Amino acid sequence: MAPKVEIQAVAKRFGAVEALAQIDLDLQANEFVSLVGVSGCGKSTLLSIIAGLQRPSQGQVLVDGQPVEGPGRDRGVVFQTATLLPWLTAQGNVEFALRGEPMGRAERRQVAREHLALVGLTGFEEAWPAQLSGGMQQRVALARSLCYRPQILLMDEPFGALDALTRHDMQELLTGIWETHRLTVLFVTHDIEEAVFISDRVVVMTPRPGRIESARVIDLARPRKPEIQSDPRFHELADSLLRGIRQQSQSGQPDQLSQTGQPDQPDRTG
Amino acid sequence: MAVPRARVRQSITRRSYLAITLGTFVVLVALWAAVTHGGLVSKLFLPSPGAVLERLAEQARSGQLFDDVSLSVYRITLGYVIATAMSLLLGPLMGMSKRVEAMFEPLFDFIRYMPVVAFVPLTIIWVGIDDPQKFLIIWMGTFFQQVLMVADAVRQVPQSMIHLGETLGMGRTAILTRIAFPAAWPRIWDALRVTLGWAWTWLVVAELVAARGGMGYRITVAQRYFATDTIIGYVIVLGLLGLIFDQVMRAIGRAMFRYQRSR
Ligand SMILES: Nc1ncnc2c1ncn2[C@@H]1O[C@H](COP(=O)(O)OP(=O)(O)OP(=O)(O)O)[C@@H](O)[C@H]1O
Ligand SMILES: [Mg+2]
Repeated sequence: MAPKVEIQAVAKRFGAVEALAQIDLDLQANEFVSLVGVSGCGKSTLLSIIAGLQRPSQGQVLVDGQPVEGPGRDRGVVFQTATLLPWLTAQGNVEFALRGEPMGRAERRQVAREHLALVGLTGFEEAWPAQLSGGMQQRVALARSLCYRPQILLMDEPFGALDALTRHDMQELLTGIWETHRLTVLFVTHDIEEAVFISDRVVVMTPRPGRIESARVIDLARPRKPEIQSDPRFHELADSLLRGIRQQSQSGQPDQLSQTGQPDQPDRTG
Repeated sequence: MAVPRARVRQSITRRSYLAITLGTFVVLVALWAAVTHGGLVSKLFLPSPGAVLERLAEQARSGQLFDDVSLSVYRITLGYVIATAMSLLLGPLMGMSKRVEAMFEPLFDFIRYMPVVAFVPLTIIWVGIDDPQKFLIIWMGTFFQQVLMVADAVRQVPQSMIHLGETLGMGRTAILTRIAFPAAWPRIWDALRVTLGWAWTWLVVAELVAARGGMGYRITVAQRYFATDTIIGYVIVLGLLGLIFDQVMRAIGRAMFRYQRSR
């Protein structure tokens, strides 16, 4: 089967800064792929090129074999901050995404309600964003990006601004939703354990210029429950990914290391 | 350890707030009364609070105060509404489009620094001393400030909200009217409230120089007759009107932006 998303030789420059160089990556239909890498390696840039919010300097992105020309409703985006419209209630924010769908008022209400229920926000339909916690706001944003059934979901560190406990809740919620509803997800994160927990595949990027260094299939059983984090296999995967990133950042920044004179040695025994 | 608690910006009850505010006014009026009744200054320069009040009551009874106030309110309303309508149309476009911004923003920034007062003689030559000249001065004084503030409010809408609209497949017009404008509306409302305050200044400036009727006109006439009681009375009424308009705008804002409150 042809890949759902094909990233072909995508490069992006911002003036003198080479943000992305020669990115090739395919996402299979209904695959959950995480993108990890140090800050500034171009994860957000790549995501927004796929979303159609930015144009690549070179190369192209294909969705179902068609080149991406701009943003579209086939690709939903969840931003790092919830980006809710503060003058609309939770319900209103979800319904906002359904404008233009061929459905009546009643049906729109119903669909929005169902999606708020899906993210565990029944009873908060009439709350304004300012009244919701950060985690709840991100749930509304998730409901909003799911309700119009995009086939691809692009998520840029969606849980990055949340505290650790809330983040774990959200990881479980997202895994659960994805395991039942299946769609193609590209998930950007700094958190390797998060990536291992939710993904089918983790792609590691390196900075200056941003390129894909390696990819790792996460062959842990599904459905994934929090207990999996005590599985030795889970740690093995996380550790090897982490080692990979550290090695690259060492070999990638020799000048920085010689300047400080104190190379940050990764644990080579582990 | 008995470390004194930080009291910076500690909140106080609404009652004590009002009490303190009222206290300031009472002290000020008492000072005024003391100075005038003590005969420290001549009545001609500063009449007593009682005299000012009496004079104002007289003018209220004769209907002159009402006529002057309503004429001025009419002028400010029209001039301000025209300026505001234009700002609300043009400002968001300047905030959303770099082309429109390039077309107008440097120009308006330039005009904004030209003293409006200096235009009063010119506007009299252009359109005479009747109401249109008052509208023109109020418009000049408010529009160029307002439109830049509105544009700025729209520009400050987070880029991610605009991106949200784009990923939802919305067109530019829909993004402007359904996302950018409502998102900027609280800031815009603030700009409108502040500029309304300025509009009062421009109104009085225009009326002082040349007019038939209005608050500023009455003050100029009073000056001719050394009627300082009228001048002070009218200045106080002007202050009160400004305050009332401001409070009404604030109250409307509070009602409109209830969604910003976390509880
Ligand atoms: N609009 C822009 N103009 C200039 N440079 C940019 C722009 N956007 C990104 N960059 C540069 O491109 C590189 C990649 O940025 P990007 O935001 O994609 O990184 P990231 O991997 O998402 O980082 P983080 O993990 O901190 O979010 C960085 O060096 C950044 O400074
Ligand atoms: Mg980023």
